[in-house]
Amino acid sequence: MYKYVVKRLLLLIPTLLGAAVLVFLLLRAVPGNVCELRLGGGGEWVDPAALEQCQIQLGLKDPMHVQLYDFLTNFFTFNFGESMWTGRPVAFEIALRFELSLQIAIMATLVSILVAIPLGTISAIKQNTWIDYVVRTISIAGIAIPSFWLGIIIILGLLITTQAYLGTPWMPPIDYRPLWEDPGYNLSMLIWPAVATGYRYSAVATRMTRSALLEVLREDYVRTARAKGLLEKMIINRHALRNSLLPVVTIIGIEFAFLMGGLVVTEQVFNLNGIGKLFVESVGNQDYVMTQSLVMLVVTIFVLVNLVVDILYAVLDPRIRYS
Amino acid sequence: MSAMKTSFTRLALAAGLGAAVAVGGVVAASAEEPKRGGVLRIVVGSKIPSYDGHRESTFGMIHPIRPFYSLLIRVNPDDPQSSDFICDLCEGDLPAPTNEGKTYTFKIRQGVKFHDGTPLTAHDIVATYNKIIFPPEGILSNRVSRFSMVETISAPDDFTVQFDLKYASPGFIPMVATPFNFVYAKKDIEQKDPEGKDPQYGMKWHQNNINGTGAFSFVEHQPGAFVKGKRYEDYHHEGKPYLDGYKAISAPKMSVRIQSIRGGRADIEFRGFPPKSRDDLVKALGEDITVQESAWNCTFGYAGNQTKPLFQDKRVRQAMTLALDRWGASNYLSKIAIVKTVGGLALPGHPVATDEATLKTYYGYWPDIKKSREKARELLKAAGAEGAHFKIWNRAVDQPYKVVGTWMLDQWKQIGLDVEQVVVPTGPWYAGLRDPDAFDVAIWPSCQSIVNPIVDAGAWLSKERAADNRGYYTDPVLDEWYDEMNREGDPAKQKEIYRKFEKRVLHDEAHFGQVLWWNKINPHRSYVKGWKIAPSHYLNQSLDQVWLDVSDEERKQRTMDELGG
Amino acid sequence: MATVSEARLAVAMFEEPAALKPWHEKLRDTARKQPIGVAGAVIVVLMVLMAIFADVVTPFDPLLNSYESMLVPPDGTYVFGTDMLGRDVYSRIVYGARTALFVGFTAAAIGGFLGLVLGVSSAYFGGLFDLFFQRVMDVFMAFPLVIMALAVVSILGTGTENVILAIIVPFVPRCARVVRSSALQIREIPYIDAAKACGFGHTRIILRHMAPNVMAPFLIMVTAFVGQAILTEASLSYLGLGVQEPTPAWGLMLQGGAEEFAESAPWVAIFPGLAITLAVFGFNLFGDALRDVLDPRLRSSQ
Repeated sequence: MYKYVVKRLLLLIPTLLGAAVLVFLLLRAVPGNVCELRLGGGGEWVDPAALEQCQIQLGLKDPMHVQLYDFLTNFFTFNFGESMWTGRPVAFEIALRFELSLQIAIMATLVSILVAIPLGTISAIKQNTWIDYVVRTISIAGIAIPSFWLGIIIILGLLITTQAYLGTPWMPPIDYRPLWEDPGYNLSMLIWPAVATGYRYSAVATRMTRSALLEVLREDYVRTARAKGLLEKMIINRHALRNSLLPVVTIIGIEFAFLMGGLVVTEQVFNLNGIGKLFVESVGNQDYVMTQSLVMLVVTIFVLVNLVVDILYAVLDPRIRYS
Repeated sequence: MSAMKTSFTRLALAAGLGAAVAVGGVVAASAEEPKRGGVLRIVVGSKIPSYDGHRESTFGMIHPIRPFYSLLIRVNPDDPQSSDFICDLCEGDLPAPTNEGKTYTFKIRQGVKFHDGTPLTAHDIVATYNKIIFPPEGILSNRVSRFSMVETISAPDDFTVQFDLKYASPGFIPMVATPFNFVYAKKDIEQKDPEGKDPQYGMKWHQNNINGTGAFSFVEHQPGAFVKGKRYEDYHHEGKPYLDGYKAISAPKMSVRIQSIRGGRADIEFRGFPPKSRDDLVKALGEDITVQESAWNCTFGYAGNQTKPLFQDKRVRQAMTLALDRWGASNYLSKIAIVKTVGGLALPGHPVATDEATLKTYYGYWPDIKKSREKARELLKAAGAEGAHFKIWNRAVDQPYKVVGTWMLDQWKQIGLDVEQVVVPTGPWYAGLRDPDAFDVAIWPSCQSIVNPIVDAGAWLSKERAADNRGYYTDPVLDEWYDEMNREGDPAKQKEIYRKFEKRVLHDEAHFGQVLWWNKINPHRSYVKGWKIAPSHYLNQSLDQVWLDVSDEERKQRTMDELGG
Repeated sequence: MATVSEARLAVAMFEEPAALKPWHEKLRDTARKQPIGVAGAVIVVLMVLMAIFADVVTPFDPLLNSYESMLVPPDGTYVFGTDMLGRDVYSRIVYGARTALFVGFTAAAIGGFLGLVLGVSSAYFGGLFDLFFQRVMDVFMAFPLVIMALAVVSILGTGTENVILAIIVPFVPRCARVVRSSALQIREIPYIDAAKACGFGHTRIILRHMAPNVMAPFLIMVTAFVGQAILTEASLSYLGLGVQEPTPAWGLMLQGGAEEFAESAPWVAIFPGLAITLAVFGFNLFGDALRDVLDPRLRSSQ
């Protein structure tokens, strides 16, 4: 087991290295650069000499291998550099948006749990009845609705209904205030994206709850319990649900980790200044330094979460053995 | 000199077409007594690269940052349509040049202080313009070559600034009034790096720090979220600003900006909304929305890439412009897109702009679109280019790029051309324009701040002279006329040259196809008073004139909410 | 996530070879026992028919601009109204199904095939090849789609084929991993050794002996992926990185004017959104039912 963990940890290095090289190359394969956008993005006339100057300053004129070497050495020494767009440290820019992304992730996860566990349980107990079908339909609809569309519909719905019933149109705030400073304001802004995202993410967890529970319900000890004449309700609560929670918790944990990586589209629709918006903006600005750091952040979260899950399963599920 | 002075005055008189139109609510009568206090909430659709105006060029920086700074001269905030310049940090009337138009002497206002308390003198202005026009090696300044007429800047005394030019140039005063020329303190520009590392520390200081003489002083900037400013009590324009402060909220999505004004989360947006959104807002909010509209100093056109054989044939280029139903589009596209006015190379309404009757004789401006398209097919046939295939190189921005691009594609299909549209994000789009192998037909918009068509005509010179010539053509005749025009002191003669220059670009050679001029529409909450629309989203953004016509309680509440009392 | 289900599915496959029935029998079972699956299948079939007979069932050319009738509300002539350039929304949605299904099926087919071959080969060869291959797959799987799509679009240009390419990139590794872990179990079954002993080539063993035996998890993956690909195409088009004007595509129809004018012209924003939702919904319902049938541990406990 110990050897397995060490081996997997060592294998992270080539994966991260590969991702780093890939993002480096892809970003530079896209024509254009941050200087053109900065100096001429508004459509105003640009001085070619100024353009040249800007590129030299940002190291864009350095040979490719020098740029790559700098990026890799900086990344593996946790020196993320400065945003090419704002000139501020990347760590600062990310930290600034982290609070909001974290709060959304937590709230969406809560919504997801509140939806998934009851629905999944009902669905498993009533397998192949109309209740099961309705629950599954609702939950699958969550994955099917495009998040950008749902966002538009929510805001539009709020504007129209409030105008119709309250007289003045209301929409969620468009600038963030921390929860402890102004809880009402904060929640009235974040509840909508959290519900939209949580609903979407609950679909997978609902399905997982359902199948894990179904599986447990077939186990011998549940049959024994039934044979002993225990109430079905008690069997579910005492035995089955508890034992089937592991995969559900894992799924929710994974989803939480990915939510931290930011919600690219939802943040745009609700005007949230989170990691996802930062990502979209830095890609749009061709801010290599920022984009590289964010991509590496997402990739690192992804591989670490996968690793943790694999290890958890190796420990907990005797049927899976790793060499 | 007098020639130039006249030209400004005439411009002021000719504000006819450019005049602001207001619908919806009632526009504040000028006699109305401004109320003091409150915080204005602005939504901004673009991002702030750095705070240094000398280096940047985006309205994403102007809208939130410009109120912290003053300019030497500025567009008249009471009549921004006129392109009439008045003193901001200078005193009295705009100076008349001496020395055969080569020397300009500005008297500097006394008693002005920077936000940190430093008094402003002529030396600050000299240091500022030296940074803009003669930046040291390694310092980025975006408008160096447009100031190429300037020889030296000096301060004969503490409150006099003198610009000496190499040659008389009508482009000089408008360049000085460019809203990006923030005035900085000399001591800030010259300060040393506390860590002793960066010898150019002071020159770069304004990228991340703010110290101006503007109507508002800096409070907070949360990157990606907002910028806050509060009233500067020692502001040099008596009694102003009226607001306690302002908050510029970043909202990259157009739909969010529109909704936020409707939903009461913002008061105003300064770039512009599509006409349909204006109608929706007026319909939803009625009297609570006031709309200001103006012609917009942004062209929207295209050019065929003349390094490609197809577009080397001028008949093809002429056919392309003939296919566009400009007059029709002016009617229907103006309902959904931020373009409206049919015009030539100069902003319609400007003294040098071509009158409608003359315009209607040019290819592509004929009132009868059927006849025009017949002629187009004829020309294509003669050129052997019937059904020719090409791609439009467009930018992934909806308004107005994609909307108008998709319309152009449809127009060209109607004369039998086989057209595709390639839409790419802004960065790759600019990069593609710089590479003549990358595209066939480029969308060619151009947005300028100060209305200055004589100088701006430089965009259509030969590729050897105009770095952003997107038709990649060489036309020495145009270059010659341009120089002649810019040396000409007599406005009438200047206009004459402009006319033939324009006809050659649009009609005879059809190097460039002007489609429609942009139309600036700013629907805002009716209680926002004192802001007047300019023909450019870069202009008239100092906010010192703006006030809020809401109850005393609400103004207080807003100040409490945003600035904490 | 993939890791979890993949391992579990693999275990299931190994335990119960009964799941290795031919696929059409499984489909028939699905139809009988799974009303949800049937509903999904019906939606999918309708979509496919709509796409195939687009020219028959639409009254207008989806590319026809009509400036006299811009943003017309739904009426007798325009069932779903018109968009800002006066194009018939209904016709554009029907033709949009072509774009969506073409992208969905092509991406799933190509991506699935590559994933299948790569996954099985990786399991079959094992050792260093497998180790190296897994790292490459990790990189592509973890890589943000937006960057990949932006690079593809900027380098190769916009267009349906390039959108498909961008969508396939993250799908191949996901599919390969699922297939690989099933194949790992199968590799241990003696008949593979027997095949080797018979002197069959690698290609033959991989394609004829191993691949057919990992079909169940593979089919589940691919079905779910068609829906995902449609959704991804819509999102990319919405972000401006996908299909381009004037091509009728659902995501594109929701972008720009549709959003800005959503209030006074809701039909422009609502119908394409419903189309996307319904299509993805259909494929997911179908895939979900398929999973229930093919994964024996999830069968009814009664």
